[in-house]
Amino acid sequence: MNKQIVIIDYGSGNLHSVSKAVTAIGADPLVTSDPQKIAAASKIILPGVGAFGDCMHNLQSYHLEEVIVQALQAGKPFLGICLGLQLLFEGSEETPGVAGLGFFKGNITKIVTPYKIPHMGWNKLELRAASPLLSQVSGEYVYFVHSYHAQPLDKGIVTAVCDYGQEVVASVGRDNVQAVQFHPEKSSSVGLKILQAFKEWQP
Amino acid sequence: MHTKRIIPCLDVKNGRVVKGTNFVELKDAGDPVALAHQYDVEKADELVFLDITASVEQRKSVLDVINRTAGEVFMPLTVGGGISTVADVRNALNAGADKTSLNTAAVKDPSILAEGAKLFGSQCMVLAVDAKRCGENKWEVYINGGRTPTGKDVVEWIQQAVRLGAGEILLTSMDADGTKNGYDIPLTRAVAEAVSVPVIASGGAGALEHFYDVLTLGKADAVLAASVFHYKEFTIRQVKEYLRSKGVEVRI
Repeated sequence: MNKQIVIIDYGSGNLHSVSKAVTAIGADPLVTSDPQKIAAASKIILPGVGAFGDCMHNLQSYHLEEVIVQALQAGKPFLGICLGLQLLFEGSEETPGVAGLGFFKGNITKIVTPYKIPHMGWNKLELRAASPLLSQVSGEYVYFVHSYHAQPLDKGIVTAVCDYGQEVVASVGRDNVQAVQFHPEKSSSVGLKILQAFKEWQP
Repeated sequence: MHTKRIIPCLDVKNGRVVKGTNFVELKDAGDPVALAHQYDVEKADELVFLDITASVEQRKSVLDVINRTAGEVFMPLTVGGGISTVADVRNALNAGADKTSLNTAAVKDPSILAEGAKLFGSQCMVLAVDAKRCGENKWEVYINGGRTPTGKDVVEWIQQAVRLGAGEILLTSMDADGTKNGYDIPLTRAVAEAVSVPVIASGGAGALEHFYDVLTLGKADAVLAASVFHYKEFTIRQVKEYLRSKGVEVRI
C-alpha cells in the first residue's frame, strides 16, 4: 500500500506540525508545491493558516488551483485542515470578493458569539453524520484556532459541530473530500486517530 | 462546549528543562520531550517553553528542544524568551512551534507584532506582559525580565498590541508572581474585559481555588503555571477535576 500523503505547500502556514503528525502515524509525508507531484498523489492534505484572501491568493500564485480542483473531482482522498476547509467553499466574509475553490456550496462567515474571538482552544465534537474520519472520536476534544466558520448550503455535508456560544461547523465531508476546521495535528492522541483514519480510508 | 485551558510552563536552559525535576517516574526529568509526554498524558492543553538561556549564542538550543518535542507530542507549543525579530519568529515556527511570545522586543518595536501577524497570522503572535501595580486599578508594563519599568499603562499597551496584531495575551502579575497567594484578579479582569482576544493569566498560583477564581472572577481564558506543576503540589488532572466539580468546563 502506498503510504505517501502529499501535503500541499503554498506558503500559507506552518506545515511542519502536519508533516510531523503524518510521520507519527506511520505514513510518508511529501510537502510540495509541485503541481505534477500533487496530480500524481494518491492522498492529499490541504492545510492552511491565516486569512482567506491571502491563502487563495497564494494558491493562485503557486498555480495550484486547477490541480487541486482536478484532485477533488477525480475522487482522490482529500483532507482540508482549518483554512484548507474554508477554501473549499465559495467565498468568505473575511475577504469579500475573493472566490474560493467552490467545491462546497456556501460561504464562510464570522463566528457570532458572546465568547472571545478567535475561538482558540479545545472543544468537544458532536457528530452529525457518518464520517469516515470521525467515527472513533465522537464526544472527544479537539483543538481549534479560528474566527470564521463554514455555512454550507447543504447541511447534509456537516459531519460534526461544536458549541461556542453558537453552533460552529467542525467538519464537513462528501464522498472523497473531508475537511476539518480544527487541527488534528495539534489534538494529541485524538487528532492522530483522525489522521490514522485518513491514512487507512479508501473511499 | 469550549474549555478553559491549563498550560504548564517549562523553563529551558541550554536545551534542558530546569526546575522540572519532580516527575519522579521519569528517568531524565530534564529531558523536554519526556516532560512534554508526561504533561500530554496529564491532559495539559498547551505547553509553553520559556528560554532562560543567558547568552544569545545558546539560543538555538531552545529550537532544538521544540523540534524534538514537536516530533512526538502533538499539542500547541509556544516559545517565549529571546524572540526579538521576525526571523526569530520564523525560526521558532519552522522548528515546530505554533506560537511565539514576545515581551521586551514588542515594547521596543511594536511593529514586529504587525509584521509577524501579517506573515504568520495573529494566532502565532502572543504578547507577554509583565505587569506591576502602580495605583488604584492601574498597572505599569515592565520589560527585561521585570527589571525595567517602561512608564506604559498595561491596559493601554495591550489594547494597542491587539490592534497591531497580537492574537493572545500572556499576562503575568509581578505582584502576585511567586507569592502563591493567588492570581491577580483585578489585573486579569481589567485586561480580559479590555480586549477581544484570549487572555492567559500567570503568576501566583498556590491553591486549587486560585485557578477557579481567575477563570471566573478574573475572566481569564487560560491559566499558566510553572512551579506548582513542576513540584507536583498538584497535578494538572487535580486542577481540572477541581474546576469541573465547580462547573468550569475543562478537557479531562
